[in-house]
Amino acid sequence: MAKVKGAVVVDIEKCKGCNLCVVECPTDTLALSPNVNGKGYNYAYMESPDACIGCSNCGLVCPDSVITVYKVKLQQA
Amino acid sequence: MGELRLMKGNEAIAEAAIRYGVDGYFGYPITPQSEVIETLMARKPWEETGMVVVQAESEVAAANMLYGGAACGKKVMTSSSSPGVSLKLEAISYIAGAELPALVVNVVRGGPGLGTIQPAQSDYFQAVKGGGHGDYHLIVFAPNSVQEMADFVEDTYELAIKYRNPAMILSDGIIGQMMEKVELKDFKPRFTDAEIKEKFGSWATTGKTPDRERNIVTSLELQSELQEKHNHKLQAKYQQMRETEVRFESTNTEDAEYLLVAYGSSSRICRKAMELARDKGIKVGLLRPITLFPFPTKQLAELANQVKGMLSVEMSAGQMVEDIRLAVNGKVPVEHFGRYGGIIHSPDEIVNALEKQIIKG
Amino acid sequence: MEVKDIIKEENLAYKKTKVLTDNEMHYCPGCTHGVVHKVIAEVIEEKDIQENTIGISPVGCSVLAYNYLHIDWQEAAHGRAPALATATSRLMPDKYVFTYQGDGDLASIGAAEIIHACNRGENIVVIFINNGIYGMTGGQMAPTTLEGMPTSTSPYGRDIKLSGHPLKMTELVANLPGTTFVARHSAETAGAVRKLKKAIRKAFDNIDEKKGTSFIEVVSTCSSGWKLTPEASNTWMKENMFPFYPLGIIKDE
Repeated sequence: MAKVKGAVVVDIEKCKGCNLCVVECPTDTLALSPNVNGKGYNYAYMESPDACIGCSNCGLVCPDSVITVYKVKLQQA
Repeated sequence: MGELRLMKGNEAIAEAAIRYGVDGYFGYPITPQSEVIETLMARKPWEETGMVVVQAESEVAAANMLYGGAACGKKVMTSSSSPGVSLKLEAISYIAGAELPALVVNVVRGGPGLGTIQPAQSDYFQAVKGGGHGDYHLIVFAPNSVQEMADFVEDTYELAIKYRNPAMILSDGIIGQMMEKVELKDFKPRFTDAEIKEKFGSWATTGKTPDRERNIVTSLELQSELQEKHNHKLQAKYQQMRETEVRFESTNTEDAEYLLVAYGSSSRICRKAMELARDKGIKVGLLRPITLFPFPTKQLAELANQVKGMLSVEMSAGQMVEDIRLAVNGKVPVEHFGRYGGIIHSPDEIVNALEKQIIKG
Repeated sequence: MEVKDIIKEENLAYKKTKVLTDNEMHYCPGCTHGVVHKVIAEVIEEKDIQENTIGISPVGCSVLAYNYLHIDWQEAAHGRAPALATATSRLMPDKYVFTYQGDGDLASIGAAEIIHACNRGENIVVIFINNGIYGMTGGQMAPTTLEGMPTSTSPYGRDIKLSGHPLKMTELVANLPGTTFVARHSAETAGAVRKLKKAIRKAFDNIDEKKGTSFIEVVSTCSSGWKLTPEASNTWMKENMFPFYPLGIIKDE
């Protein structure tokens, strides 16, 4: 059985911390960082990277196109 | 010799546009210039040269179509009469700000407001001082015959291209409506896509090809330093026009003691007035500005060293007279004689005004 | 598997399209404009029409849209984008010409231009962003502002007796014979974005077939104007905007 695993890369300095990707994430992978970027925004990051399934929903709703998504299919042991 | 025809000024300008290779005309009916679009729609130039003709929903839309078409590097024109030109000023200001070549024809009628459908020259200020918002100028040509209505399509457009600046033919209801013999130029092909790319590739929105950056046609610049710089560039352009593009016609100025200054239809009436005055022994000359912007300031300043006084003859309450006074700078008296509201002056009235306001004045 | 092992070129699932520039958008956090820009850019990339697409930007928040898509642009006067698009499309009939307009621009000052461009059936795409407010000038009432909705020029809520009714432009243009495809979408969820993209793709495909005007409204948010967080704006939009501006395809001929 194939298991999908994903990873999200946020362009931290361009993120405006709107939180829409966090809301849209079906697996609660993403959260807003307690830290801020150069603009003073709490940027999005993978709080629970293991949960990511690479669905790209975050990327689709990101207004600033700062999200890149990667995905691999794993063979379950 | 080109083809000879008897035409109205409005018809001649439409025919000249087709022959000059204009790509698009965008108009809206208004008296006394509706024959321009009527002629084009009857001629169906899209079948002949591929020229696009659109009757827009308003003068506002027509002028903004002009803006869009000009942004593509196409030769585009619109025409209207005074109240309609007021509506077009929004787009004209954008076109000037975005530095695009385009041609606007104003077949002037009397105002203000809805005014009258009869001819007038009361849009001089609007035409030469900019008209819309912001510091800009149009290249303004004033025809005084049907022949010039036709010829000035090419003359103004060549300058519009040279300076990337909108141009205006400031006509009036007399020239637009009267019929005269006109010699038409031969057909010129419209610019091909390759020619447009070669001539206007640095700015025209023809589609971003990999060999260049994207072209953005805009009049917006929010950084004040850059906006000032842009304005400096525009002003330098206008200054160059003042130095190199002035056109005028002088008649009997060599021995003139008095000078009539008139453009468009008024200049024709002044020719007769000049004859009548000379019959009476008054040495009168006539200076006819052909370009109203740039204005023949230098020529008038020189003539101020020779003549005893000047009379500006306009079908308005006195507009061009202000530019003559600026040119003359107080050296000799400069007065204005005008009929307006659709009234055209008679040659006798002009001679009387010259005698009363300048010679005895 | 470690995150660093997943983040490899061969595992790429989603990235910013090349048709978007690297300029940082000036829009507020969570603004719908960014999503719609991206979707248009993706359609342009997928159709491989970057060289043949001309965008016409409006006056409003998206006046600077030309900074964000790597295509040729014209920046129109307020409301006049359909007039520029008319000339551009007529003079260059092989190009893909689209206008991008907000609700103040399209439904108020530009009402005449959009109605007549649609009625003539200009072969263009119109993207209409409706967030019920004037964003750029500071949150004033738009023709699309809902009844009772507070704005800076309707501080006690839009009063129909004083200011008339919210205007449904999309239903209006659907009645015009010149339009071929008229739809209302949103962009607040991944599903909505996918549907929006499908619609925009169809609109651009219609240009190939010279079918007339395709008009797509995107019901949008304005967090700053609405004085809500982006997330709360989406909720408010679903609860208040969607019932009055129902999503769906209104016309497809």
